[in-house]
Amino acid sequence: MDDDIAIKTSGLTKSFGAVTAVDHIDLDVKKGELFGLVGPDGAGKTTIMRLLVGIMEPTSGEAWVAGLSVMTERERVKERIGYMSQRFGLYEDLTVIENIHFYADLYGVSRRERLQSTERLLGFSNLTPFQKRLAGQLSGGMKQKLGLACALVHRPEVLFLDEPTNGVDPVARRDFWKILYELLRDGITIFVSTAYLDEAERCGRVGLMYQGRLLTVDEPGRVRASTKLPMVEMWFSDARAASEVVRGLPGVRSVAIHGDRLHVLMQEGSTIDGIHAALKREGIGVKGERERLPSLEDVFISMVEAR
Amino acid sequence: MRFQRIKAIVRKESIQVARDPFSLAMGFLMPLMLLFIFGYAISLDVDELTTVVNDLDKTSASRELVKQFTASGYFKIVKQVDRYQDIDYYLDSGRARVAIAIPVDFLSKAVTHKGARFQIIVDGSDSNTATIALGYASGIAEQAIRRFAGVSVAPVIDVRARVWYNPELKSKNFIIPGLVAVIMAVVGALLTSLTIAREWERGTMEQLISSPVKVPELIIGKLLPYFVIGLIDVLFSAGLGVFLFEVPLKGSLIALVVVSSIFLFGVLSLGILVSILAKSQVLACQVAIIASYLPAFLLSGFMFAIPNMPKALQILSYVVPARYFVGMLKDIFLKGNSISFFLFDAALLLGFGTLLFALANVKLKKVME
Repeated sequence: MDDDIAIKTSGLTKSFGAVTAVDHIDLDVKKGELFGLVGPDGAGKTTIMRLLVGIMEPTSGEAWVAGLSVMTERERVKERIGYMSQRFGLYEDLTVIENIHFYADLYGVSRRERLQSTERLLGFSNLTPFQKRLAGQLSGGMKQKLGLACALVHRPEVLFLDEPTNGVDPVARRDFWKILYELLRDGITIFVSTAYLDEAERCGRVGLMYQGRLLTVDEPGRVRASTKLPMVEMWFSDARAASEVVRGLPGVRSVAIHGDRLHVLMQEGSTIDGIHAALKREGIGVKGERERLPSLEDVFISMVEAR
Repeated sequence: MRFQRIKAIVRKESIQVARDPFSLAMGFLMPLMLLFIFGYAISLDVDELTTVVNDLDKTSASRELVKQFTASGYFKIVKQVDRYQDIDYYLDSGRARVAIAIPVDFLSKAVTHKGARFQIIVDGSDSNTATIALGYASGIAEQAIRRFAGVSVAPVIDVRARVWYNPELKSKNFIIPGLVAVIMAVVGALLTSLTIAREWERGTMEQLISSPVKVPELIIGKLLPYFVIGLIDVLFSAGLGVFLFEVPLKGSLIALVVVSSIFLFGVLSLGILVSILAKSQVLACQVAIIASYLPAFLLSGFMFAIPNMPKALQILSYVVPARYFVGMLKDIFLKGNSISFFLFDAALLLGFGTLLFALANVKLKKVME
């Protein structure tokens, strides 16, 4: 295994009876990378997480994390990683500070180190004023930050976050990603799963996952560029009226209104000529247009449909 | 094994117990309640049995006989009826549990040595009380008849039974030590049965097993707080028993603590094992009740004497740890025996605890299904 690889899997597979939740996954994540695992609920994201952090046994295949085999050195792997499960793993009847201290002791953090890291963690998560509040009485966003703080208390090399922004309001989500970028600057590797495709665009690389398989792994921009689906952005004085006309035309996959603009996604091989002709028939003038890359979501849906 | 990690879990678990009203009530209020219910309300002693009398003889002898019954303190005359048939009403309605019927010829037969007879009827619907009442009644009757027949003037053999260890034959002297065992079983198994299951249900177990904590550290850390609660309960129950209910504690406090610790270790391990296997709080709680509380209550010799049980249950009671614990507690409280007397039983209990503890360690896996 290369020195600059933080996570590697080879043919990683997990079956539950007849259902294969994770199906022969081969993956490399470099050190210091922010890798996003993206897919709908039930795609197998949580299962991969659990396999990688060593709390689930794979049916076949292998995985290495932080330079160690998850199969043979599971407990040593656990010392080097931080993991935040979907439910954050907080004790709701313990206070903020009690939760942090508990995980610090569990990971053998010394008293002096604990003092420093507690201050640092409370600071970046803005939880300092809520130290004595019970975790159960925190808002969703604050719980999520506390969960992150607990997962970071022992300064892990690799951080695993399972749908960390699930059920958290948009402002808190943006704050959370800011914190992740700061962690990235410190050289930590982050492996995050999400069902939100807009979040996936913030990752260095993404893996699109569907029914236990990885459909593609690349930088978000390159995933979007790889598509053969043409997309065009058009300006109108009345975008709503234009959308009525364009929607339902042959060769048009989807139409989205963004203010005075339309984002029109077309079938593979279709041209814009048909759209122009239809708009002309209805007497609607196009103020301007340009080609656009489809969003990750568009690409993902077309990939799923192609299967 | 790392002390820091055990300490972390002990502290976390203690905070959780202290902040959970249910755990606090189970740990401290329920023992108190049980002690008061059993110490005061429920008494297995039979006294002041309501009695109806049908005296047809109406002589000094028949009156003397009735007086013997009332003087014993076990019987309380609620009604004298004139007709024999009226007895039925009193027994049927539950106004009386015992009836004494004396025929017209009682005195004449007694003095002529023709065998004086009278009848005692006992309401057998509560067999326990009935048996005891019958015992008392026949004792009194025998004495009385002998006296009237003149036999007792010069008895050849005077048999007087003496009861050792519990001379007043007070059931609370048995109950309080037995109760300590039941309380231990409840606090021990029931409270701990929830701890691991709760972690699974709340999703914190997933976080715990992703940490480097080792299984024995986790189990020991979870057992210690409940061990302390259990010991507090033992000392508290024993104190209440001795000072409030005046149960004698003839043995040493140290013996009590040592024996209780051994038993606690066993029930706590049982509770945690149940919790590991059940994974849901409701199921764990039910299994814990069936596996610890009920046997401690029914098969330990606390409520029902083991020699009086059907053979199958007697054999079953040998695998009920509480049986040995109740036996040892009675030894300590009433006989004042030192530990050397029941070293074997103590060793058995320790073996039982060690086995369950080992099983819990094997069964708790740091993986999800």
